[in-house]
Amino acid sequence: MIRRTAAIVSAISLAAFLAGAAPLAQQGKTLKIVSSLPRTGSANAQTTSMVNGIRMAIEERGGQVDGFAIAYEDMDDASPQKGNWDPQVEAANAKKAIADAEVIGYVGTYNSGAAKVSMPMLNKAGLVMISPGNTHTGLTKPGMGEPNEPAVYRPTGKITYFRVVPADDIQGAVACEFMRTDLGAKKVFVLHDRELYGKGIADVFRKSADASGMQVVGFEGIDPKASNYRSLVTKIRAAGAEAVFFGGTTQTNAAQVLKDLRAGGAKVPFVSPDGTFERAFIEAAGKDNVTKEQGGVYITFGGLPSDQLTGLGADFVKRYKAKHGELPEAYAVYGYEAARVLLDAIDRAEAKDRASVIAAVAATRDFTGALGTWSFDANGDTTNRMMSVNTIENGEFKFVKAVGGAPSKAE
Amino acid sequence: MQRAIAAAEHLVPCILARAEAVPGFAADGMLSAQEVFSQQLVTGLSNGMIIALIAIGYTMVYGIIELINFAHGDLCMLGAYFALTAAGALGMEAWSGAGGAAGLVALLVATACFCGALNWSINRLAYRPLRKASKLSLLVSAIGASFVLVNLGLFWGGLPMDAFAGGTSAAAPKSFPALVSALPAAQVGDVVFSRTDLLVLCVTVPLMVGLTVLVRFTRLGKAMRAVAQNPTAAALMGIDVERVIGATFAIGGALGGFATVVYSLCNQTISFQMGYRMGMDAFIAAVLGGIGNLPGAVLGGILIGVTRSMSDQYVEARWTNTVVFGILILILVFRPSGLLGARLREKV
Repeated sequence: MIRRTAAIVSAISLAAFLAGAAPLAQQGKTLKIVSSLPRTGSANAQTTSMVNGIRMAIEERGGQVDGFAIAYEDMDDASPQKGNWDPQVEAANAKKAIADAEVIGYVGTYNSGAAKVSMPMLNKAGLVMISPGNTHTGLTKPGMGEPNEPAVYRPTGKITYFRVVPADDIQGAVACEFMRTDLGAKKVFVLHDRELYGKGIADVFRKSADASGMQVVGFEGIDPKASNYRSLVTKIRAAGAEAVFFGGTTQTNAAQVLKDLRAGGAKVPFVSPDGTFERAFIEAAGKDNVTKEQGGVYITFGGLPSDQLTGLGADFVKRYKAKHGELPEAYAVYGYEAARVLLDAIDRAEAKDRASVIAAVAATRDFTGALGTWSFDANGDTTNRMMSVNTIENGEFKFVKAVGGAPSKAE
Repeated sequence: MQRAIAAAEHLVPCILARAEAVPGFAADGMLSAQEVFSQQLVTGLSNGMIIALIAIGYTMVYGIIELINFAHGDLCMLGAYFALTAAGALGMEAWSGAGGAAGLVALLVATACFCGALNWSINRLAYRPLRKASKLSLLVSAIGASFVLVNLGLFWGGLPMDAFAGGTSAAAPKSFPALVSALPAAQVGDVVFSRTDLLVLCVTVPLMVGLTVLVRFTRLGKAMRAVAQNPTAAALMGIDVERVIGATFAIGGALGGFATVVYSLCNQTISFQMGYRMGMDAFIAAVLGGIGNLPGAVLGGILIGVTRSMSDQYVEARWTNTVVFGILILILVFRPSGLLGARLREKV
């Protein structure tokens, strides 16, 4: 009996092995790309635009690479209960992608906190992950986040995670520099949402402020679910802050913080990072609260807004507008770029399996993309350093200036 | 009554006067320590009064059928969606002067009626059939009702209306029009008592007084107190117990309706998840004050509002929840029946 069971088990596992390995080894089969982005909640407009970008990248190649048909699945990592990304859903998405033998690449995530969940899982499974949106520094750069970062996300020690957007060590510093020189603020009150991304960028901001001689008069983690922040606003007024930096996203109540600041009479500049660079933020904050007369809102972004792109990027925006009838949200071009660099790597990979694709992505050098010509460095980061500062006028985002400059050379 | 209406007619336009009338004030960083304390007290009281109004809904229902009505916060959330739908459909943001004042009063009353009727129906559908069942079944039924309401809110937020940003993103927080400006109604030094604070005061105080009068001096109030003491004896005396319970749900819901409109006007953001936090704060307030005790709920609400403000100012915002729950635990250790709770009853 025992022997028979063993025989059946080994037969099944042999069959499973063959079934799993076979499709990837043959020409004319399907390869699948999945994306995992928060499709439920206020990030929906942003992520719909990103998914459109991914689809356009696949369509450009006629839906196939090197004789392999490319399938695409748009997965949601948010849940209605949270209205935001949900660790359980993100973990389930990663598991599903790993178990599906056709999946060759994972485009995601949008939120750095979500990446923390799926990065180690995909790393162990040896599936390449390219993020169009994560900016938390510790995900890739040793010595810049928590002590165990980024090793904790790479249990195998290999680099399987890449991102096409510059990290927050650059963004936080840019925000600080802009506040100090362009806005002329000397005293700043720093708020964050206690999430990986928000706290991370607030920490970078505080470090840069300390280094540049700006005075940080307060550093507080808010409760993203609080009904209002009126008492914090009094604290901010009492501290004599000349500007407020909020490390967080639209989903973690950035708009409520701004509303309460304006209602409480604190007409000081409000600077926030790219997590608020979406139309949902303007809608939630209300048009009257974002004007220059009320102190102004300035949002940094790890790249150029759609209407400032040049070359392939400008071309993408033009085609996007023709196809979808509206301008893409800020991160659409990153979805597009992430998918393009993945397809390019699949094309270059000798064997169309997960390991070869990882090697091919890592070997990306001087890639001509919608964001300029850039490479992936040894940590899996883009060498692109172009950043922008934007404001809001008449209920629309308006480009203020570009900072950061040309991509640095990969070593 | 006539005089009260006349007073309201005078007050409401004062609250409604728009941004142009009074220039704004700038953050100058010159607040003295006393001013900071006073400002936090104003903010805390204002937030606390709203919590108190919701807490009354918890405590009334508990007093009469010993049920923690977990759906109460989510009922308030649906009330906010109702108010936003009405305000959006009628374009109330553009109303001014007497029309705006009348609209505001109408919005408050309509939302209160909506919440009262909804709470009455929930009792009829989800709680009344379980009257003879164990208290635990009733509690689970309340949690179920809460889930149903939350998902109704999620669906409601996806309706294709301008007020919901076209309904493109059902789960996103919705911006509530600023029908009442946050400009100062009174100002002492740099301490601001805003028009929204005045609104809170004008709505909550009369309601609390009215409720006290109702419970103490009317036939219905007498019947409610009798049912709370002993439903069987009350029934034997000829009181229609189910009717009284239904009325209690309707009144508690209506107070929640008033509270949710005031909440929305003050914070100007509503979301389908706001009921959880509203309900949690109010529930803590009710327990803190002694659940089943009306003045206790008001005291508890104000205490929580002020504690939150003071903790944000003098401790740190990230410790605020810890401070609030810490105080709750301390009070319950030394006074298990709450601050004003007279006797210890079997809790659910």
